[in-house]
Amino acid sequence: MSVSLRIIKDKIAGRTMLVLTVLSVLLAVLIGAGLYLRSAPLLESHSIWKLLFSSEWKPMKGEFGFFPYIMGTLWVTAIAILIALPLCLLCGIYIHEYAHHRIQKVIVPFVDLLSGIPPVVFGVWGVLVIVPLIADHIAPHFVEFSTGYSVLAGGIVLAIMIFPLIISILLEVFGTVPKELKDASLSLGATQWQTVKHVLLKRSLPGIIAAAVLAISRAFGETIAVLMVCGNVADVPHSIFDAGYPLPALIANNYGEMLSVPMYDSALLFSALILFVIIFLFNAVSRYVLSRIEKKYA
Amino acid sequence: MTDNPHISVQNLNLYYGANHALKNISINIPDKKVTSFIGPSGCGKTTLLKTFNRLHDSLTDVRVEGKVLVDGENIYDKGIEVTHIRKKMGLLSQRPFPLPMSIFDNIAYGPRIHGTRNKKQLQVIVEQQLRDVALWDEVKDRLYSPAVRLSIGQQQRLCLARGLAVSPEIILGDEPTSALDPKSTQKIEELFLQLKEKYTIILVTHILRQARRMSDFIVFVFNGEIIEFGPTEELLLNPKEELTKDYVKGFLS
Ligand SMILES: Nc1ncnc2c1ncn2[C@@H]1O[C@H](COP(=O)(O)OP(=O)(O)OP(=O)(O)O)[C@@H](O)[C@H]1O
Ligand SMILES: [Mg+2]
Repeated sequence: MSVSLRIIKDKIAGRTMLVLTVLSVLLAVLIGAGLYLRSAPLLESHSIWKLLFSSEWKPMKGEFGFFPYIMGTLWVTAIAILIALPLCLLCGIYIHEYAHHRIQKVIVPFVDLLSGIPPVVFGVWGVLVIVPLIADHIAPHFVEFSTGYSVLAGGIVLAIMIFPLIISILLEVFGTVPKELKDASLSLGATQWQTVKHVLLKRSLPGIIAAAVLAISRAFGETIAVLMVCGNVADVPHSIFDAGYPLPALIANNYGEMLSVPMYDSALLFSALILFVIIFLFNAVSRYVLSRIEKKYA
Repeated sequence: MTDNPHISVQNLNLYYGANHALKNISINIPDKKVTSFIGPSGCGKTTLLKTFNRLHDSLTDVRVEGKVLVDGENIYDKGIEVTHIRKKMGLLSQRPFPLPMSIFDNIAYGPRIHGTRNKKQLQVIVEQQLRDVALWDEVKDRLYSPAVRLSIGQQQRLCLARGLAVSPEIILGDEPTSALDPKSTQKIEELFLQLKEKYTIILVTHILRQARRMSDFIVFVFNGEIIEFGPTEELLLNPKEELTKDYVKGFLS
């Protein structure tokens, strides 16, 4: 009797988990499908090519060119990851390999704390600190004039926001490298830094890429903080000091307003769909790259 | 025994936090001989071995007192340059740990970090070392494939070759055959016997038969102390200390 009961329990547990898993996958599919259906009117009346690569954004005239928003998103995300990844790598290496364990014990909770700060606080801080810093001290060295509200400001704020995520993944990844492997390198007379470079980083490469992928995916979608410092001008940015208007900001700023304009609702949902597809493609590609790298050394 | 051995330990104490793991160790390791450390699990054999190339440095909460003289130089002196001490010793651990790179690069790793850049020179070194560990014929067609694809036994020989490529004087083996099949074990043992012509070898082992086959001297460690140190046959067949007698008793019968 008790035997059959525990087998039934096992089956129920298995089924429940299966259903939940399927549901969560289904949710992603449903969101994608929903976005597609709602943006269908726009897609039917406009060529997809023009929607993606035109810079004409005149909703009143029925012209919807998303290129500036797409570029705004890409610029901000690229700047963020270019700033965050190298700094996080150095930071992670220091914490994991060099720092005394007492320092580790202090730093790690601090890093976690950073991830608990609400985005809007980062946004305010960006407006108060980063924007003036760029306008008064950085931009003047490179361009005639910049308000400071720029893709660079967005990138910096975003970089700081994804710091904790990247660092905590990196620490996790570094932790999986066996001590004996590092000892093998050290015992040949390699310095700590040589060991980090040739053994730790090399062995961690797939994990580092995974960390970057997660961080970038998160960065693509970050809205509030970026929207507050980016300037939100619907032009394609040509330098890091130009203002930009990323897709999430477009949606957040306009959804619920101006919906009387024909196609506007459809256009906003289409921008959500673009974001969805960018993240999806990006993840697919990076998964492929990862599997190639993992194959190479396993 | 020479007056100035490669490795001379004087009044060495090591603490893992509050755990007094090595107690007042003093020993001169005979040059160009095989010396085996035997003793029950957890008695401190690995710990003692690692004090010779300061691999405890990367651990927190480890305290070392006393001296380890390597070629007359106390490696625990402040200001000592630890990489050149480590370069004098090849280390073979319980399981092989090939570096995450190709077979070629594994062997070339040591010479490269010590400044050999010339490609021809590296090729000569790699071939020579692989021949020395009888691995050349097995891997010569796939030098540039990842080292982790080798069998465990091959990996262990690769690790030995990698250590030898920096021309050490001393080889430290921490139960180097414990993860290997009998055939690979035999190969490693044969290699060690060849190598002792040129190197001072220290071997940690659990297998008394292996200690007997391989070593010229045996050190019996118990609970962080050296209980007895002597020529192999003497220590195994005619131990002086009660504790040693107890430990090798099974072997005698
Ligand atoms: N990294 C460490 N941190 C704290 N204590 C340790 C550490 N490594 C070893 N010890 C302790 O030091 C003592 C000696 O350990 P060691 O590994 O040197 O034993 P061993 O003789 O090599 O044993 P075995 O034959 O099982 O390998 C043990 O009590 C062990 O628990
Ligand atoms: Mg051990």
